[in-house]
Amino acid sequence: MNICEMTALELGAKIKSGEIKAPDAVRAVLDEIKKKDPYYSGGINAYLLTIEQEALERAEDVQKRIEAGEFEDSPLAGVPIAIKDNICTKGVKTTCASKILGDFKPPYDATVIEKLNAAGAVIIGKLNMDEFAMGSTGETSFYGETKNPWDHGRVTGGSSSGAAAAVAACEAPCALGSDTGGSIRQPASFCGVTGMKPTYGAVSRYGLIAYASSLDQIGPVAKDAADCAAILDIICGKDEMDGTSLDVEHKSYLDELSGDVSGLKIGIPKQCFGDGLNADVKAAVLGVAETLKAKGAEIEEFDMPLIDYAVPTYYIIAAAEASSNLSRFDGVKYGYRAEGFEDLTDLYMKTRSEGFGEEVKRRIMLGTFALSTGYYDAYYKKALQVKALIKKAFDEAYEKYDVILFPAAPTTAPKMGESLSDPLKMYLSDIYTVSVNLAGLPGISVPCGFDKDGMPIGAQLVGAPLGDHVILNAAYAYQQLTDYHKKAAEKFGKEAE
Amino acid sequence: MEITKDMVAYVAELSRLKLSDEEAETARKGLGEIIGYMDILNNIDTEGVEPMSHAFAVKNVMRDDVVRPSHDRAELLKNAPKADDEAIIVPRTVE
Repeated sequence: MNICEMTALELGAKIKSGEIKAPDAVRAVLDEIKKKDPYYSGGINAYLLTIEQEALERAEDVQKRIEAGEFEDSPLAGVPIAIKDNICTKGVKTTCASKILGDFKPPYDATVIEKLNAAGAVIIGKLNMDEFAMGSTGETSFYGETKNPWDHGRVTGGSSSGAAAAVAACEAPCALGSDTGGSIRQPASFCGVTGMKPTYGAVSRYGLIAYASSLDQIGPVAKDAADCAAILDIICGKDEMDGTSLDVEHKSYLDELSGDVSGLKIGIPKQCFGDGLNADVKAAVLGVAETLKAKGAEIEEFDMPLIDYAVPTYYIIAAAEASSNLSRFDGVKYGYRAEGFEDLTDLYMKTRSEGFGEEVKRRIMLGTFALSTGYYDAYYKKALQVKALIKKAFDEAYEKYDVILFPAAPTTAPKMGESLSDPLKMYLSDIYTVSVNLAGLPGISVPCGFDKDGMPIGAQLVGAPLGDHVILNAAYAYQQLTDYHKKAAEKFGKEAE
Repeated sequence: MEITKDMVAYVAELSRLKLSDEEAETARKGLGEIIGYMDILNNIDTEGVEPMSHAFAVKNVMRDDVVRPSHDRAELLKNAPKADDEAIIVPRTVE
């Protein structure tokens, strides 16, 4: 098997055993990126930047240390990993795929980056995304859209567009994305890879450039659930730099994968399988229930009527927080500054008007509106109340079920250019992912089939707060029984040989 | 709810955004449609429901106040669009 087709754990094991050298793994992945990624020659455009020299030097160092007996408990030592461009990397340009951040080079590493470095993982580059993580297609990037490896005429989903596309196209063994309203799970579903949003607070957000702080969470995008578990083992944990990070005692997520789902109670919310859901998607996601049932899981339908209110609730809250968080981009401290301004206020206004894209401006204005005098109670406060009700509905469901199963998205990947002209339609396509963020729950998207056009379908397994190990194990069990998650590497890895 | 031209101008000003006439009209229509859709939340009775800002209760997180070095000034100033050796340069704000 070619290096680029391996899972992160397979590659890590071969590096550990001496069969593959870490610098060779980095070179193989960088070669793949050069071959498939460049935008100007019609490539995937998953990467905004690769750091070849640094990555190779780092891999040499890790290799020496492995040979000296270090990293014994670190299954991903020497394994290349790519990072979404809203996660700060010290001295390496970080743009959120926005013009306004210009050539910003963070003076510090995000906590997740420090943790990856400490575990011996090798960061190879920064990944494309929707501008400031605002978008469900990957098309709002200032640096051009990312193409879906399965069909270049279709979107990857978003906002972690580069993460999902890079892993699917074998341009990275694994990646870190971020998920505020589905930004890991939905593109993972569109690209046929596995992506997880951990419980809110399980992973430190320090160094993640904020979109909506009460909803943002960093998580893994990988070839399978076991890789996600191995990455989560590295990045999770309490961080004094993030007051919302949780102090949770957890065993190794990886060691806890048993594949045993007998007696696991899986709830299926009826309202998630009604009108508006593509028939192929519906059949494939219900197929996941059948597969797990055959291994002893118990399946039951239940009512979750509030799900229809998740999208408006999410967009009010996320936009409100964004309008506040993005006020820091003003042309003063870092990034882009407009020219020809009259005074300080004009500098702010001109810089922001020229620096932000259309979707970002729309959400800033929407949030500013929802927080403004006269509308605060009717919109923002109302949304926070409905959020409380949605959380309560999930709490009640988890008294009965261990896992809730529904689609990651109502369709497979749409065609390029179809979504941005109708923002409300794009927002509504987030129906299956946003409620999970509102309630702070862990969710994982797993490949579960293909539609009639051969585009991947993703099923979402959602757990109770801190039930990350439960959904990882359910996903792992499913992947022991099926091979949909292997199709991307089979299809896109072959070109590497 | 009808979003008027004046409302768009007011929200844009608060947002520190300058919109051309064309952009303002696009924003008016777009926001009108989106906010109109959000009114479906009025179908839910939220009387007496406590607004929830965080899914898990968040309380003040305290740590010992220990002196430690902050980031290097020269490093931070490298990112500023305009700076001298010790400060970021902005237009004069107080005459």
